[in-house]
Amino acid sequence: MMTNKLKATAGAALLGLGLAGPAAAQDDTFKVGVITFLSGQAAESFGVPAWNGGKLLIEMMNEGGKLPAPYDTKGFGGMNIEFVVVDEAGGATKQVQEFRNLVQREEVDAVVGYVSSGDCLAVPPVADELKAFTILYDCGTPRVFEDNSFEYVFRTAAHATMDNVSLARYLKSRDFDVPSYAGLNQDYAFGQDSWADFTGAMEQIYPDAEVKTALFPKFGAGQYGTEISALLRERPALVHSSNWGGDLQGFLIQGTARGLHERSQIVLAAGDHVIPQLGNKMPDGIFLGARGVNGLAAHARGGELKELTDTMWDAYEAEYGVFPVQAPFRMWQALFGLKTAVEKAMADNGGTKPTDEELAAAMKGLTWDAPSGRIEMALADGHQAIQPNAIGTTKWNEAEGKMELVDVEYFSARCVNPPVGIKATEWLAQGFPGAECE
Amino acid sequence: MRMSVYLSAIIAFVALAAGSIILPDWAMFLFAMALAKGLVCLGIIGMMRGGVVSFGQGLYYCIGAYTATLIANHLGVSDIFLLTLLSAAVCLVVGLVFGPLLSNYRGIFFAMLSLALSMVLYGSLSKMSFIGGTDGLNIGAPTFLGWAPEGRPLQTALYLYVVAIVVISGTLMRIYFDSERGLITLATRDNELRVEYLGASVRNLMTYNYVFGALLGGIGGTIAVLALGHVDPEFAFWTTSGEFVFVAILAGYLSVPAVFVAAIILELVRSFSNLYFPNTWQLALGIFLLVVIVALPNGLGSLVSKRKENKT
Amino acid sequence: MDLLATILVDGLIYAGWLFIVSVGLTLVFGVLNILNIAHGSLYAIGAYASASLVGAYFAAGGNAFPFGSYIALILAAVLVAIVLGPLLERGLLRYFYGRDEVLNVLVTYAVFLILEDVMKLIWGVNPYFVYEPYTLLGNVEIGPLFYVGYDFAVIAAAIIVGLAVWLTLNRTRMGKVVLAVIHDAEISQTMGVNVPRIYLGAFMAGAFLAALGGALTAPMISVTPGLGPNVIIVAFAVVIIGGLGSVPGAAIGALMVGISRAASVHLVPEAELFIIYFVMAIVLMFRPEGLFAKTQARKI
Repeated sequence: MMTNKLKATAGAALLGLGLAGPAAAQDDTFKVGVITFLSGQAAESFGVPAWNGGKLLIEMMNEGGKLPAPYDTKGFGGMNIEFVVVDEAGGATKQVQEFRNLVQREEVDAVVGYVSSGDCLAVPPVADELKAFTILYDCGTPRVFEDNSFEYVFRTAAHATMDNVSLARYLKSRDFDVPSYAGLNQDYAFGQDSWADFTGAMEQIYPDAEVKTALFPKFGAGQYGTEISALLRERPALVHSSNWGGDLQGFLIQGTARGLHERSQIVLAAGDHVIPQLGNKMPDGIFLGARGVNGLAAHARGGELKELTDTMWDAYEAEYGVFPVQAPFRMWQALFGLKTAVEKAMADNGGTKPTDEELAAAMKGLTWDAPSGRIEMALADGHQAIQPNAIGTTKWNEAEGKMELVDVEYFSARCVNPPVGIKATEWLAQGFPGAECE
Repeated sequence: MRMSVYLSAIIAFVALAAGSIILPDWAMFLFAMALAKGLVCLGIIGMMRGGVVSFGQGLYYCIGAYTATLIANHLGVSDIFLLTLLSAAVCLVVGLVFGPLLSNYRGIFFAMLSLALSMVLYGSLSKMSFIGGTDGLNIGAPTFLGWAPEGRPLQTALYLYVVAIVVISGTLMRIYFDSERGLITLATRDNELRVEYLGASVRNLMTYNYVFGALLGGIGGTIAVLALGHVDPEFAFWTTSGEFVFVAILAGYLSVPAVFVAAIILELVRSFSNLYFPNTWQLALGIFLLVVIVALPNGLGSLVSKRKENKT
Repeated sequence: MDLLATILVDGLIYAGWLFIVSVGLTLVFGVLNILNIAHGSLYAIGAYASASLVGAYFAAGGNAFPFGSYIALILAAVLVAIVLGPLLERGLLRYFYGRDEVLNVLVTYAVFLILEDVMKLIWGVNPYFVYEPYTLLGNVEIGPLFYVGYDFAVIAAAIIVGLAVWLTLNRTRMGKVVLAVIHDAEISQTMGVNVPRIYLGAFMAGAFLAALGGALTAPMISVTPGLGPNVIIVAFAVVIIGGLGSVPGAAIGALMVGISRAASVHLVPEAELFIIYFVMAIVLMFRPEGLFAKTQARKI
């Protein structure tokens, strides 16, 4: 008996704590729930820079008039933007729970988040169940919309297939000879998928190249001595890696100290974000991408998006003392997309705050401009974005003391992304049917 | 004695079931998850009464979840009763394989070997990209004997299902704890050799407790995955198992309901610290753990039992 | 032949690192009977401290004598031990002596969680680099391969650490006292041994070794959040394989894991992720208490 009383009291006390809850969002504010890595390995390379960029952009939007047209209006259609941030560390189980809390307890108007592919697979069914408008801003796995379809979920960044297709195309267009290649990728889904995509693309473009070895060191291993020995012994013409963050930095420090870059050409699918930290420790002549026209490649692009790109670039550099790499660019394209969708929905509904349904209808198939180029929600019935990509070669500029990206090649979105109605792996296996390259 | 157990069970069921009406959506989901995890912890409590603690209960939590997911996705089974039964059966088999082996180990070695087993499963699943690798798999919403609810009714049905399972397993475990075998288990905790000399087989006892733990772990995993809709190898990772152990320690081995209260408290603390201290939630959780360990060395359950003693 | 030699060299380098990060863990368990999950945090803090200290050394004109950075590395580990050792042992762990082993694991798990965020509060999330010490010793050519001289310095450091710990325990008066405390803390106390001081000393030594592991690793990686958890698990495995509390056991465990991992990377790269658990499970099946564990009398 006692036990039940205890339970009842404890339950009531805890409920009191919980039900005190937040005030529901007002009509003149738009509340965004943001989920990104604030701790763990992905914090440094993706989560924190992305959110730094996001915070900055939201401040600029709330002030109004800071950005070039069409983004010069205040907030989202005049509404002030508020946010709640949740740490993405802790696994998909935790994220499903936190997602429910954000939607049902915090009553956010939209959720923008998720770097980890696992979280991007786990959250969408719940988002649809709760009919909660959700933007996946960063994660790479094509499976999200290839295995399923969702009503309220949108991904505003291209999936990861494009990163490795672009690498292979870059090699070809530079007439790089590849008799053999090897890979070193982190042993989790993103690393495994990247390697599969890269070998898939290489089989089409370099059918005679031989795969020497495929290494998958533990995620967060830190020690790559043994792997580097294996790569040095095998002498492949090319070493592919989709490593990121500390794992990429460790691999590059240890690999270059042992002359790996002199024996093999190193190509990195997502390597741009370590440039600010490594500086001249990053060897010259590495081919790398940024998962989109992000960072240095966006800055070097010019063109009609130059004003928007430079505004964000300068603001970020002024605020944080370092130039923005890929993660803030992907956060920006998500927020610019959200702003466009909200304002489109308000234009349609007579200017009131849009519901989740109205937002989803506005976002579907939307096209907008971001510092990373034109984003088109072209795949998965208007729920999955495609975007252009760029690959370049590192070159240290001694005079100015900074790393530059030279020989940058820009690929149009339809050249490196699969067309509607075909899965990424099949698209690779069939030799890129429907690809439109300039 | 037994009458009062049944009576408590009925009261517990009514009290918990009332939650399906008064709890807001997010809290009902949180409670359902907490109760599912509490089932796993109940299995650890069973072992703790014998003096060993499994740091690898994630093994069964994960096997249960993957079994349900694979059966649902490949054989098209969505009935929650059938899925629970099948996962429990698989876990029973696995438990019967490892149980006799682990029953030779004590203390930190039992903890570490169970941890190693669950980490081998974690490693293997991470490698299997045909079932999603580290990204894991999704599973659709369950049906209840042909009834396929959506939205709040679905959450309510799931919640009531887990409440029913919790009350049934809790009652059965209480009866088991108070049985001859259960009391010998408790004696083993104090002195294993004496129990052996008295003619009981400690190995047998340990195997029984381990297999019960496996069953409860599998059922907990199945319910958790059906509520979450997603499973990944993280279910078998050591931090997951560590959390189960924490709940078990927080509850103490004396009281069955304390396990579920402890599980709910941990979920609430984690959920709120996550939101209010997004940058320092680990710090908050760590301090909470320390405070609990210092303030309640024998677990929540000790609060209740002490009062019971005072009464008599 | 060339492959075999490569596996051996790679395995030794990895084993050297493994030994340094795990010997402190086994020492602390041996004396205090606590399996310290926060060992991984101490490793990470050692890495951060050495990155900061070596960075400060070069900023203060250390380029004139770059080899001084090695002293800064070691100093960083000493500092971590002096600051955190007493804080954790006197401030927290001593209240849990004699309690359940598993409860103690949870206490250190809580410390681990707290330190993870404390590190973030002190050092932020941006990476720290100190590669100067890594390239200072030049390269070594073995067969067709280049190795970094620093890798062999780590092996040397592991041997020195191992010998120092073993000699202190077995050949000095203080070591004998420590062994007596390990055997029976209560009787040692009655014989006039200052047991709390031995506990403090052992914990500080363990903290120093953990931090040293981090400090020595810092030059070859970028020091970022999330270093700790990855180290804990491998260190646990090594210590469990060797037998908890055994220094030679940690050495053998490190060698077994190091070489089997190297063999797997070169021959069957697919198996790398769980080779370590595989070795651990196999050893425990045949030697339930690890390879070198002392047998314990059972109380009747």
